[in-house]
Amino acid sequence: MKNSSRRCFLLTGTALAAAGCGERKGPWRALAQDEVRTLDALCDQLIPADQDPGAHATGVIVYIDRQLAGPYRRHLETYRAGLAKTKRLFEQTPDRLAVCRRLEEEERPFFDLVLAHAMQGYYGNPRHGGNREYASWRMLGVPVTQVRGRNLYDLRKDGA
Amino acid sequence: MAYRQVDAVVIGAGAGGGVVAKELAIAGMTVVLLERGRWVTPFDCRKDDLRNQRTSFLGASFGPDDDRHPRVFVDRQGRERVVRPSDSPYSNNAACVGGGTASYGAMAWRYMAEDFRMKSKYGALEGSTLDDWPIAYDDLEPFYEKAEYEIGVSGNVEPDPFKAPRRKKLPMPPLAPTREHEILKPVAKRLGWHPFDIPMLRNSVPYNHRGPCMRCRWCVGFACEVNAKNGTQNTVIPTALATRSCELRTDCMVKEIATGDNGRATGVTYFDARGRVQTQPARMVVVCGGAIETARLLLNTKHRLYPNGMGNRYDWVGRNLQGHAYPKAVGLFDFDTYDDVGPGAGIAICDFNHGNPGLRGGAMLANEFIRLPIHYVGTLPPGMPRWGQAHKDYMRRFYRRSIAVMGPVQEMPLFDARVQLDPRVRDAWDIPVARLSGARHPHSVEIARYVVTKAELWLKEAGAIQTWTQVPGLDLSGGQHQAGTCRMGNDPKTSVVDRNCRVHDVDNVYLADASVHVTNGGFNPALTILANAYRVSEQIVKERRRA
Ligand SMILES: Cc1cc2nc3c(=O)[nH]c(=O)nc-3n(C[C@H](O)[C@H](O)[C@H](O)COP(=O)(O)OP(=O)(O)OC[C@H]3O[C@@H](n4cnc5c(N)ncnc54)[C@H](O)[C@@H]3O)c2cc1C
Ligand code: SF4
Repeated sequence: MKNSSRRCFLLTGTALAAAGCGERKGPWRALAQDEVRTLDALCDQLIPADQDPGAHATGVIVYIDRQLAGPYRRHLETYRAGLAKTKRLFEQTPDRLAVCRRLEEEERPFFDLVLAHAMQGYYGNPRHGGNREYASWRMLGVPVTQVRGRNLYDLRKDGA
Repeated sequence: MAYRQVDAVVIGAGAGGGVVAKELAIAGMTVVLLERGRWVTPFDCRKDDLRNQRTSFLGASFGPDDDRHPRVFVDRQGRERVVRPSDSPYSNNAACVGGGTASYGAMAWRYMAEDFRMKSKYGALEGSTLDDWPIAYDDLEPFYEKAEYEIGVSGNVEPDPFKAPRRKKLPMPPLAPTREHEILKPVAKRLGWHPFDIPMLRNSVPYNHRGPCMRCRWCVGFACEVNAKNGTQNTVIPTALATRSCELRTDCMVKEIATGDNGRATGVTYFDARGRVQTQPARMVVVCGGAIETARLLLNTKHRLYPNGMGNRYDWVGRNLQGHAYPKAVGLFDFDTYDDVGPGAGIAICDFNHGNPGLRGGAMLANEFIRLPIHYVGTLPPGMPRWGQAHKDYMRRFYRRSIAVMGPVQEMPLFDARVQLDPRVRDAWDIPVARLSGARHPHSVEIARYVVTKAELWLKEAGAIQTWTQVPGLDLSGGQHQAGTCRMGNDPKTSVVDRNCRVHDVDNVYLADASVHVTNGGFNPALTILANAYRVSEQIVKERRRA
């Protein structure tokens, strides 16, 4: 399957590549496996799947994890604390939408961070790990040739 | 190694600095141009929607980097925090060869004649340091023209009846209109307004030995991969270097202006790319670091004769920090408005820059600069959920069916909107950093509230099925249009530089960037910065011939 082979690809090169694709213990750069599971579920509520893929299927979690090991390192603690609470709430009720609403109210800074980052992962350029196969751009009808003109440009002509 | 003395050191290779370096070099002066950032070329054009100069979630790709360049921001409640270039309160512009002009949207506005005499036109305003410029539009007109022709501007401003008198037309025709432009133009006319093609520092036809724009839509915030966007990095700076009388040193962070016993400048002290302290002796120094960094540099240059910083005898350095209040109206349509054709903004009106009842000024209004999917995520009508199924449905339904109109409202300067040195925080070179504090004048917000109704009317008239507006509040302004921190004026007690942009009291230090603006027009500022830099350069060269 496409997804899992991609995950394998992501794995290679990390110290934990040896863990293999079947039993992933820690292919992630910043988050622990159970944090990933919680965050993935949360993001999939923020951007649910319908006729177009949602956060889960487009690698939003890959995007966030990568940034938390890079430019968003400074948010890691907020994530850790927020995800711990999210996990507890998820365990208490199967109604994930209700959990999201509660987080939005009670844990606003954490919720807003996740929301912003999920949107970046989903609608941003795939090079950062999310928006797998340009899913969101296809959904919006944005050409996936990222830069229009690259194919059409003739240096000798006016820019009509 | 000790460097030989040169005629002039120019600090900052941005809009102002690039022009000054070229003008002095072709006049035969020896020049060293110091830039803290790097060269960015069309080959570095990554078109990264999450990491660029407009949307810098993952960093500001045209500098400065997040790690070495902190600032301190104090909010209106007095809470302070350390901010980095990718945070919006930082008010970042850029740090690279070309400065802001390497990645800008390239709108090329001349201010209107009224914009240079705001106080005479409207009278003093309670709580504001609103004033006239010591120069008039006519003093700048020949230099606007020079900037338009040397750097290269396309567009057609002839249909704008409000423009100040000009001798020549723009050197290049406008780009063909986008669908948005075609929707908005007849509507504006129907409303009795005067729409026209925005002047742009962008090639619409081959010019300056470079090709035209390929309409890629990834423009503002990015480098142009076909080098059709005109900044100082692909025009005046290469010309300056070709004279062999100008040397550009990149990755060089200037710490302070070096001074002699008498308080005059003797050169500059800087950290080179390897972090070593260097001194470059010079007969004169021209500071062009952008409004915030120029103020910081003057404040960091202390002397027995000016213990609170160069030019700061009367405590005006760093004051009057301003930018533009940018209100925005958005309209949703039941037909496609989107055609995936760049650069973005293309049509404007100047019907509401002045003459608005009871208001001191206004803004030019134009369609939106850029809309990539990530930008649209937060463009939501009141009541629209920020997430979940409803949000996704909204994105899918309206991304291609929406137009936004916005405009840069001329701000009323505030003495307490300011750049200071932070007493504690230092950058990677141990230099005290800029500390930003203050607010926006309520009247600027009032003007924004008014002009946005015109923007909204435009969209309604165009057939929008729903419209709403976003108006900025009282928080401190600045940002990419930052200006005003070292005001030009005739009275040394209420300004930092004279009409020729020479620091009062220090006869061999000039400023030639946005810091000298008294007010900032109802327009994007770059062409005015370029034009004024040409004007200041001419003065410098004249002075030198006289001496
Ligand atoms: C994304 C974006 C879009 C924009 N769009 C438009 C537009 O459409 N139209 C318009 O008119 N304007 C636009 N602007 C604004 C415009 O670019 C700026 O107003 C203009 O570049 C400011 O010119 P300046 O000379 O004052 O400073 P800058 O161009 O900022 O140049 C200052 C230079 O000095 C360097 N420097 C500062 N301190 C030091 C130091 N201590 N040592 C060494 N070097 C130093 C900086 O690195 C920088 O390169 C835009 C800006 C951006 C970033
Ligand atoms: S829109 Fe035109 S000028 Fe702007 S980056 Fe694309 S090709 Fe270059």
